[in-house]
Amino acid sequence: MQLGKVVGTVVLNNRNETLHGVTLLLVQPISSSREAVGRVIVAADSVGAGVGEHVFFVRGKEASFPFYPTEVPADAGIVGIVDAWHVG
Amino acid sequence: MLLARVTGTLVSTQKHRKLEGAKLLIVQPLTLEETPRGGELLAVDGVGAGVGEKVLIVLEGRSASDAIGQKAAPVDAAIVGIVDTVDLPS
Repeated sequence: MQLGKVVGTVVLNNRNETLHGVTLLLVQPISSSREAVGRVIVAADSVGAGVGEHVFFVRGKEASFPFYPTEVPADAGIVGIVDAWHVG
Repeated sequence: MLLARVTGTLVSTQKHRKLEGAKLLIVQPLTLEETPRGGELLAVDGVGAGVGEKVLIVLEGRSASDAIGQKAAPVDAAIVGIVDTVDLPS
């Protein structure tokens, strides 16, 4: 998993039907020192995250597990909202 | 699997139900020379590791899920061991 910050939303018009009802959010991966790391990604949200919140997300097939038994075609998924983190 | 150093802890109350009770740690993957290799990751802890310890992490969903005693948990990284020594005869 990686830390990230939700920076926006994505709305699909003509979508794969298994993506119906799935919230898609734009996430900027960040380091523990809050610096942006790499490119912004689109992630499926299963925990009710909102813009501006810090979250953690999973990459790969596991991103679709929260929507089981629907096989959602996602490769990144937000699985938790971060309250705080401590380094060192 | 990769060697990594535990650098921090993370608190999250609102998370996927299969992650309830799981401890989340911030880890920095390492090279054999113990220098950072790539970016930080979050891993679920299956062995009771702590900040500062050198650990073995697995980066694969099914294995990571097994490490916290769950089936099909949405995780992709887990700590599966605390490293005592690494011996690399040259």
